[in-house]
Amino acid sequence: MHLDHSHEGPAAVSADAARPDGTRRALRIGLGGPVGSGKTATVAALCRTLRDQLSIAVVTNDIYTREDAEFLLRNAVLPPERIQAVETGACPHTAIRDDISANLEAVEDLEEAVGPLDLILVESGGDNLTATFSKGLVDAQVFVIDVAGGDDIPRKGGPGVTTADLLVINKTDLAPYVGSDLGRMARDAAEQRGELPVVLTSLKSADGVGPVADWVRAQLAAWTA
Amino acid sequence: MTRAALLVLTDGRFPAGGHAHSGGAEPAVKAGRIRNADDLAAFCRGRLHTTGLTSAALAAAAAHGLDPLALDEAADARTPSPALRAVARKLGRQLMRAARATWPSAELAALAAARPRGAHQPVVLGLTARSAGLGPEDAAHCVVYETVSGPATAVVRLLSLDPFEATAVLARLAPSSTGSPSRPPPPPASASTRCPQLRRRCSTSPPKRTPPGRSASSPRNHPPGAAPCTSTTATKDRPP
Repeated sequence: MHLDHSHEGPAAVSADAARPDGTRRALRIGLGGPVGSGKTATVAALCRTLRDQLSIAVVTNDIYTREDAEFLLRNAVLPPERIQAVETGACPHTAIRDDISANLEAVEDLEEAVGPLDLILVESGGDNLTATFSKGLVDAQVFVIDVAGGDDIPRKGGPGVTTADLLVINKTDLAPYVGSDLGRMARDAAEQRGELPVVLTSLKSADGVGPVADWVRAQLAAWTA
Repeated sequence: MTRAALLVLTDGRFPAGGHAHSGGAEPAVKAGRIRNADDLAAFCRGRLHTTGLTSAALAAAAAHGLDPLALDEAADARTPSPALRAVARKLGRQLMRAARATWPSAELAALAAARPRGAHQPVVLGLTARSAGLGPEDAAHCVVYETVSGPATAVVRLLSLDPFEATAVLARLAPSSTGSPSRPPPPPASASTRCPQLRRRCSTSPPKRTPPGRSASSPRNHPPGAAPCTSTTATKDRPP
């Protein structure tokens, strides 16, 4: 028995940077976070901002439906063939971490069908503060929380808040209405994350997703370097 | 060594995509046919004698060394529903990825190349068992176990059924899962479990047809023991 990767057919190992034909695959970025924090809205805004410069596709994860994919389709952020929905059953975190089969299949199918692609965004189903993506599925991950979910979330930590490659604190426009202290959230996040970046966004404002898009561009530059 | 391989293959955490499937338990719960542990036991018994039996035969035949492409066609013939065929192949493709990472072999690579969109899951499972050094009977037992463990896990989640009760159901089903312990084990060449019907099917090449109206070689919706959550993906699977 040997673990070489030269067998014919589909790749046996998920994290390989090359596709079976030897070309470089797309950069895969995961977006996770609690229910309602703005993951789908962030994906939609990223697609609108980046789609003219980059070839993009999206994989959505929902527990029982295809809501998120349908939202993206309704809003026409990408042509339908560039959006794939994965239904995860009752375990959204299992599908992005413990058993990534269905999501890997979706990203590979997208690359085969509409590639070559520069970027694939994989949006997890809404979950809790422990959700993280497997390194076998994505190259970098964004964790999205929001101001209205409580300004103590960054302090509470958890793997999503502390280890994600980018932490997005969304819906800053709501802070005055829900009594959240943005300064405290930023300080707590910095304390939990050390050098890892944090951005505060309000997707309602013009180019609200700008800081996230800039981060994605930097990731892509590093990936293709 | 082979016993350890069997444990790895049947482990509910084996990453082959089954966690998102309930084996038909979800629609049965929705329709009110499963409400408690007794209903779960009846559902599982029905599954063992229909889908489980045919799938086990296919897996045993593949583990025995029969042509996987011929078996794949045999599985297609026993799966009239397009939705079930699609799920069976999807799960076969997902199992193939995990199998090739854990027990790479030329036979697995050849099947992956011939069926890039996935072969029927029980066929892939049988070939996986073969690549892991396991025999036809091991492959059949693996199928039989996951035929009932998947719905049990799903029902714990769907009904908040007491997990101890659900596990006790699985333990009580063990005699019908393995055949009568008083029967002598079959000869090694028969590629079978101890079920006579299964033995007959496995000892000849591609298994014979299944009774009409049974969702025969329908996708075993929870491959290698993967602890299934529940999903609408599997809702088309027909409960017994």
